[in-house]
Amino acid sequence: MLKNYLKIAWKVLLRRKFFTFISLFGISFTLMVLMVATSLFDHTFGPQMPERDTDRLLFVNMIREQLKEGYNNSGPPSYYFLDRHVRTLKTPEQVSINSMPFQVNSYINNRKLALDIKYTDREFWDILNFNFVEGSAFTQQDVKGASRVAVINENTREQYFGNTEAVGKYIVVDQVKYKVVGVVENVPVLRVQSYADVWVPITLKSQDFNRPGLRGTYFATIKATTPGDVPKIKEEYAAMMQEVERQQPQKETKLFSFPDTFLESIARTFLGSGKEPGVGILYGILTGLAFLFMLLPTINLVNINISRIMERSSEIGVRKAFGATSATIIGQFIIENIFLTLLGGLLGFIFSAAVLWLINDSGIIIYADLGLNLRVFAFGLLLCLVFGLISGVFPAYKMSRLHAVEALKGGSK
Amino acid sequence: MITLKNIEKVYQTKTIETVALHNVNLVVPKGEFVSIMGPSGCGKSTLLNIMGLLDAPTNGVVEIAGTPIQKYKDGELAKIRNHKIGFVFQSYHLINDLSVLDNVELPLLYRSSMSAAERRTRALTALEKVGLSARTKHFPSQLSGGQRQRVAIARALIGQPEIILADEPTGNLDSVMGEEIMNILLTLNREDGTTIVMVTHDENMANKTERLIRFFDGQQVADSRVFDFQKV
Repeated sequence: MLKNYLKIAWKVLLRRKFFTFISLFGISFTLMVLMVATSLFDHTFGPQMPERDTDRLLFVNMIREQLKEGYNNSGPPSYYFLDRHVRTLKTPEQVSINSMPFQVNSYINNRKLALDIKYTDREFWDILNFNFVEGSAFTQQDVKGASRVAVINENTREQYFGNTEAVGKYIVVDQVKYKVVGVVENVPVLRVQSYADVWVPITLKSQDFNRPGLRGTYFATIKATTPGDVPKIKEEYAAMMQEVERQQPQKETKLFSFPDTFLESIARTFLGSGKEPGVGILYGILTGLAFLFMLLPTINLVNINISRIMERSSEIGVRKAFGATSATIIGQFIIENIFLTLLGGLLGFIFSAAVLWLINDSGIIIYADLGLNLRVFAFGLLLCLVFGLISGVFPAYKMSRLHAVEALKGGSK
Repeated sequence: MITLKNIEKVYQTKTIETVALHNVNLVVPKGEFVSIMGPSGCGKSTLLNIMGLLDAPTNGVVEIAGTPIQKYKDGELAKIRNHKIGFVFQSYHLINDLSVLDNVELPLLYRSSMSAAERRTRALTALEKVGLSARTKHFPSQLSGGQRQRVAIARALIGQPEIILADEPTGNLDSVMGEEIMNILLTLNREDGTTIVMVTHDENMANKTERLIRFFDGQQVADSRVFDFQKV
């Protein structure tokens, strides 16, 4: 029976080439946009190198002071704050303090090169999973001794040394000479917590260490022992913040800082209110947008399907006359529609792959390595099926209600 | 085999009420070949649709093999149509996107217990019966009218139904092809004992059947045995 349905579906597609083109174009284009969006989302928030254990990682990248007069000051926290209050938290497995990336200029053979440099401690390399293509991270001794050593990414290696090995060689960045100890794969710019071109020991910026105040230019990266510890860390952090707030010289100052997953930190920036990061609202908005985006092609597809199925009223009449029930007819048209949408889905995947390749190749997003991984694939497949069902059920139901005699009259030979 | 008691069919629109059948009482015994004649719009096709359970009467009772079916639901009616009734239409109603073989197999698709191999064997046998074994892979558009109607007959008989309902099966064919189709139907009736009810406009065709019923304005006006019908 299934073979027979698929045979018919294929023939119908070939027979009405224009309708088929419109349907397939609608499905594949919509899916392509959603797939590319999902891939971007996944690339930004999903477990990707170097932030693979996303369910155990928390980031502190913002602190907000709300003063009595109603003024707000916000920005990345200071080293002083992070070192005193965050590094000393009991629940986390490890805490790293690292600077935000700074853009600095370097010159290679009189050619200006803009590089992003990041100052990190040793724990940074233990918490995150960078893919080393050469050498390794700098050691605890390097950090303690403020050694002028650097880990660079593949792109920087290529700029300085072409395709030759870099470990053991020297680079000059912002007029400082560093010895290269390791080379890692490029980290996409969307991973703002880990991204840089050059990573050097944080102790090279020790002038910042004793500068008091809450705000500065540093991030903390926190790793929980298990995903179950994440809420405990948040609790401990909140308690610590209350204590810090209490110690503020200017009374009635309110402090806001949270250890967030990357998604939470983004949601908090745009949608958060007070203590809630607003991830639910973010998901709601994204789902709503995806739904609206799909609605138009779905309605279009429903229309096309109705006229496509109408043309086949004679076939519906014959099938009913020879023993098909309304339910069987609905089943047939849904299967046909799922077949059509899966075909559109397949094209959508091919288009998505092409678009992602173009994005990667164009360099619009620095070091982007967008791909259709299994989760994105599964999401796309799910979308295809939802599409197939939504656009197939209504026309199929409508047609199955067609009276056999009317259906037979409606068709010619 | 088929019993119609006090059948009435009224088509109702907002403004007009049209009586298509009025007080029809008819018994078609098993194995009989009946033809129904009458002018256009006299209710012949409506009667055939009611007999074939494709349409429900406004009033009256339809019995198939002694069982009244007015309370049957969609699924049960579909099952009776699938197992007991085969249809042949004037305009063939073949599915153009399917090959001859797939068209003939169609009624068996709705019998879940049947294997694909058995469907294929039975389709080939049915096509052999109508003399179209050589055309199994052709598509309807590649066949002549007579050949299409033969495919339609093969489709009607593949489920080994007890009743075949034919709505002007020779109406779109020239006399030679019409004869061929008629001979196939006669053979089915005589050799397999299939009950056949045929609506026709053609007096010659009607005269080849066992019994001729005439309709006028939705009412049965004559019911006669055809004198020279040869039952073998």
